Amino acid sequence: MTDTTSPKLASAKPSLLYRIWDHELCYSFRNSPLTVAAAVVTLLLILSAVFAGFIAPHNPFDLASIDLMDSELPPAWTEDGEARFLLGTDNLGRDIYSTILYGMRISLLVGFASVVLSAVIGISAGLVAGYIGGKVDAVIMRIADIQLSFPTILIALLIDGIMRGILDREQHDAMIIPVLVLSIGISNWVQYARTVRGSTLVERNKEYVQAARIIGLHPILIMIRHVLPNVMGPVLVIATLGLAFAILTEATLSFLGVGMPPTEPSLGTLIQIGNDFLFSGLWWISIFPGMTLAVLVLAVNLLGDWLRDALNPKLR
Amino acid sequence: MAAFILRRLAQSIIVMLVVGLVAFFMFQFLGDPVNQMVGVDTPVAEREALRERLGLNDPLIIRFGKFVVNAAQLEFGLSYQHKSPVTDLLLERMPATIELSMVSAVIAFALALPAGVYTGLYRNRWSSKAMLTLSLIGISVPTFLIGILFIYLFAVVLGWLPSFGRGDVVTLPGGWTTGLLTASGLKAIILPALTLGLFTLTLIMRLIRAEMLEVLRTDYIKFARARGLTNRAVNFGHALKNTLVPVITVTGLLLGNLIAFAIITESVFQWPGMGRLFLQSIQEVDLPVMSAYLVMISFLFVVLNLVVDILYYVVDPRLRVEGHGSGH
Repeated sequence: MTDTTSPKLASAKPSLLYRIWDHELCYSFRNSPLTVAAAVVTLLLILSAVFAGFIAPHNPFDLASIDLMDSELPPAWTEDGEARFLLGTDNLGRDIYSTILYGMRISLLVGFASVVLSAVIGISAGLVAGYIGGKVDAVIMRIADIQLSFPTILIALLIDGIMRGILDREQHDAMIIPVLVLSIGISNWVQYARTVRGSTLVERNKEYVQAARIIGLHPILIMIRHVLPNVMGPVLVIATLGLAFAILTEATLSFLGVGMPPTEPSLGTLIQIGNDFLFSGLWWISIFPGMTLAVLVLAVNLLGDWLRDALNPKLR
Repeated sequence: MAAFILRRLAQSIIVMLVVGLVAFFMFQFLGDPVNQMVGVDTPVAEREALRERLGLNDPLIIRFGKFVVNAAQLEFGLSYQHKSPVTDLLLERMPATIELSMVSAVIAFALALPAGVYTGLYRNRWSSKAMLTLSLIGISVPTFLIGILFIYLFAVVLGWLPSFGRGDVVTLPGGWTTGLLTASGLKAIILPALTLGLFTLTLIMRLIRAEMLEVLRTDYIKFARARGLTNRAVNFGHALKNTLVPVITVTGLLLGNLIAFAIITESVFQWPGMGRLFLQSIQEVDLPVMSAYLVMISFLFVVLNLVVDILYYVVDPRLRVEGHGSGH
């Protein structure tokens, strides 16, 4: 993936920037306007979430700056709206635009962390299953099959429920982000494991692996240093699509009331808060976070779709 | 055929045992049932007697055996929160969930079939492309958000349909409650069923489209056209029929997903089903309800998987030929 510079180019010593620009992945990226748009949107959303503290006009968690008199104001462009609150305010007088920025930060944090957890579990299981084979392989893949026959949301809910049983209420609320990461992460490892196992089975019999085995390297070292880099391509695709899915799952859990609490809202929590006010016609409280969530997920999904096609040698 | 079914049956039983083990450990190691049953001031000796009577001091394997026997008889004990038998609670709510899932499945399939065939046959028309783009959005927008938008549009702004509950229900002989026989019940099921079915609809539609594209490229379709068969005979008699094998498989599995995803829809529309009970039980750490729901829904999944596998075998003659030439 990274070492595709042709000998001709290497002799001319092109700059690193040029080599990245000229890379086939970058070429296919440049030629897909939809993907570029998706990448720009994703990047903008991630940056605005990371720098929420600087961008947001208000701090929704600073109780001193919240005025209940400002509550339930509609967006700025409507009749009763105020310029101070671009997208209106919620029932507590918090600026919707600011809460979205802060909420997206939590959504992305949980999303990224659970993708990393799923990937670590899935890649390790897949590598071990594929490289060692035999009974170990059979057991791991059997577990994967069983888990795969259940929807992820059910497994995530179940793990969350078990964690509630283990921790008491206060501990659980204090550790809600790790708990969410754990339940979403564990419920999504299977796909990584299956893909990595498949590629590992192919790589295992190649000469470089045999050579590594002959010189007496430890199997774990072979798996990590030699096999792993060669099976990472598909993992990247799964991880990208998995990020969209993890963000959705977190939003769903929070919406169902078993995720982030209203005091520390993610996008899903914001939508849930707004849901209660929908009947009073206060549509902006839930619609704007909902739109943000949909745009974020759609953009990441488009990126993942592009990556899948770009990395697929059959489609080149 | 019999060997195949037996093997699948054995696998299903193993899955159920694993699920049972998870449910059992949830019961055993999270929260002490004795603590739930006695007061704070009950002396230790009395607690011990109760433990002995409940069989909590038996070896683990015996307790697991008892759990399995009880579960097989739908005996899951009392709900911590509702103080009534878990099985009754679940059975009471089951018709609502099953009805919702079935109506969604029918809607999803009835709309996905023509849409998938159409976009497969006329892939270059702008209407096909519009449908595909729409379906991509359908996959990216979470179920609960679609539900909220539906409620806002059809219940709040337009006021056409109710936004929560099941409407009036009729109790059929056998204790099954149905909302499909009353006008308000029918009105109430439209929004939740659409919300729940939308994701499945897009998936089946895309699958049928992809399969149609695949089949239409094959030689036998070309020969059928060369023989001068009518378009209808080729498209539906030959092409569509051959796309249905994977569609049946996926539809069967999606049926299970519909029942699980009903958790979300039931929560949005305050639909009085099993999913909402499960969600409440998670929030309240009501372990008996959690494990009973888990066992029951797993059983449903396993049965669906088994039926789909057998159907697959029945529908696809090639599988039968491979199995030692029995019959064919």
